[in-house]
Amino acid sequence: MNVPTMAEMMAQGKQPEVLFWVGCAGSFDDRAKKITKAFVKILNAAKVEFAVLGTEESCSGDPAKRAGNEFLFQMQAMTNIEVLNAYEIKKIVTACPHCFNTLKNEYPELGGVYEVVHHTELLKSLVDEGRITIEGGEFKGKKITFHDPCYLGRSNDIYEAPRDLIKQLDVELVEMKHCKSNGLCCGAGGAQMFKDAEKGDKEINIERTEQAIEVNPDIIATGCPFCNTMMTDGVKITNNEEKVDVLDIAEIIAKNNKL
Amino acid sequence: MNYLDNIAFAILLVLGIGFFVKNVKKLTRNIKLGKDVNRTDNSKARWKNMVMVAIGQSKMVKRPIAAILHIIVYVGFIIVNIEVIEILIDGLFGTHRILSFLGGFYNFLIASFELLAFLVLVSVTIFWLRRMVLRIPRFWNKEMKGFPKNDALYILYFEMVLMSLFLIMNATDIHFQEMNSGNLISQFLVPIFDGFSVESLHLIERTAWWIHIIGILIFLNYLYYSKHLHILLAFPNTFYANLNVIGKLDNLESVKNEVKLMLDPDADPYAAVPETENDVPEKFGASDVTDLNWVQLMNAYTCTECGRCTSSCPANQTGKELSPRAIMMKTRDRLEEVGNNIDKNGKFIDDGKQLLNDYITPEELWACTSCNACVEECPVNIDPLSIIIDMRRYLVMEESSAPQELNMMMTNIENNGAPWQYNQMDRLNWKDE
Repeated sequence: MNVPTMAEMMAQGKQPEVLFWVGCAGSFDDRAKKITKAFVKILNAAKVEFAVLGTEESCSGDPAKRAGNEFLFQMQAMTNIEVLNAYEIKKIVTACPHCFNTLKNEYPELGGVYEVVHHTELLKSLVDEGRITIEGGEFKGKKITFHDPCYLGRSNDIYEAPRDLIKQLDVELVEMKHCKSNGLCCGAGGAQMFKDAEKGDKEINIERTEQAIEVNPDIIATGCPFCNTMMTDGVKITNNEEKVDVLDIAEIIAKNNKL
Repeated sequence: MNYLDNIAFAILLVLGIGFFVKNVKKLTRNIKLGKDVNRTDNSKARWKNMVMVAIGQSKMVKRPIAAILHIIVYVGFIIVNIEVIEILIDGLFGTHRILSFLGGFYNFLIASFELLAFLVLVSVTIFWLRRMVLRIPRFWNKEMKGFPKNDALYILYFEMVLMSLFLIMNATDIHFQEMNSGNLISQFLVPIFDGFSVESLHLIERTAWWIHIIGILIFLNYLYYSKHLHILLAFPNTFYANLNVIGKLDNLESVKNEVKLMLDPDADPYAAVPETENDVPEKFGASDVTDLNWVQLMNAYTCTECGRCTSSCPANQTGKELSPRAIMMKTRDRLEEVGNNIDKNGKFIDDGKQLLNDYITPEELWACTSCNACVEECPVNIDPLSIIIDMRRYLVMEESSAPQELNMMMTNIENNGAPWQYNQMDRLNWKDE
């Protein structure tokens, strides 16, 4: 796996096509690291000149901002912007919709103006440009449903890129009753990932998993490391582990292309 | 000729409209208690948003049955009220159906009013059935007990009565029925009044006419106290709505300056704070209605308590305390309380209460996943999430009272740049694992 850092690139006097913003989950969470690696394998296969910040990357500040800690958010944002601007970054791709939303929408006012794309958007353009082809039929005939991450879908109106990718796989894309702008949250957003839920009669991720199980999928596809964790837990708790896999779009494509 | 009627009518009209103007003034005064926020940019997009969302009802269609019924009542309400013009002239000058000189066109107009009045009557009845017989859950959440429930019913009854009076008034107008044109619906009511004397018919017609116009004036003045204000406020509310993608939260300006100072290597930490007119440092976030901006306060008055937000809220669906509709209702209740306090005392006298804790509890605020489903659902672009976030900001930045697990998450971000306890130097370890 070839993962150059910005510092290395700079030393060679090179500027990458795109910076891959890995995010905290993608860097540290065991499940999310698999998504990160799958995405990197695709980037390598498509010969995309990318780089990561490595140890110079820090939390985007999203969970702090949504928990109400605007100070901490802006400290994180301004520090990150200094690093990004020093490297003269123009384009950023990330596999985390929370980082994506924050970098894309909340950084510009603070001095960080970049073209920010979600990894499903980048993968879609790689397919459209013919830099990768999705064939092989590893998933042929499987039923896949896509769970819309709130910060990708409702918050940024990106519904089609992940679906277009799934459709290329020769599979049956089935929609849950609540999908796209009506999609139900997995329960992790707004810093909920880091705390127990308030008192209620059900966990949100169980509710959402049940909605997914209703359409009888073989795979629940997501595009967010936090949704992935919540849905994976949901599938375990509802005893559907044997029946259903929870996979990121990048993992599905990497697996399909035997990367 | 007896002028008593005309004078009584004029007095009623002046009272009705005068009282309404007084309430509108109070309404704008209360909204202006909110903080300033610039929502005058990009007026082209704002007009477009208003035309699409408020006039065109584009966000209603998500729930098609309610949308069709609502559009009938909405169009009916506007068009049938054209008839009020004639009622006003007739009432003030003692004429009868002054516009009937328009002939065929007049009859066409009245026929369409009658048709719409009938359709409104049917739709409103279905609305009532949905609420009271089908008991659609979003009308029965716990914040809908007491006045909010009755308020919704009063409005439906009002509309039923007003539309019926309009049809009865036409049915008992002998001259109008004799023309037998324009009485599209009212002709079917005529048999009910078979055998009534000319005098009784006239009396019924006059009574219906009077109750109809008095009813309209009462309805106009009931608005301020009711959830029904949306018929007026939906327009400014969509015009001044947030036009950004809904994922974007605002970056607090007051924080921005402090953070810039902290990160500036040339800043002098001992420099005297520049003197300003107001020495009280700005409060971070919101603990009371006056900390919110005026658009958020207008949102609260615009909310018609339809409950689409709450029914789509993941926290509410799983039994948590949070209901985005209740956030809006409580904000309005507190704002009314502050407004009444000012009316009574000339200025706001501390009443020992605030929006936080006395109306909205931290438990509700911490249950939100910031998923934006409520914002997406609202047919008139209300933003409950912005109030939740502003109140969380107060809890965290002024009171340091976030749940313990969130404090740990934030400490981790501060210390090692990730919400978990991992060393920033290990950020690239995944590459070799």
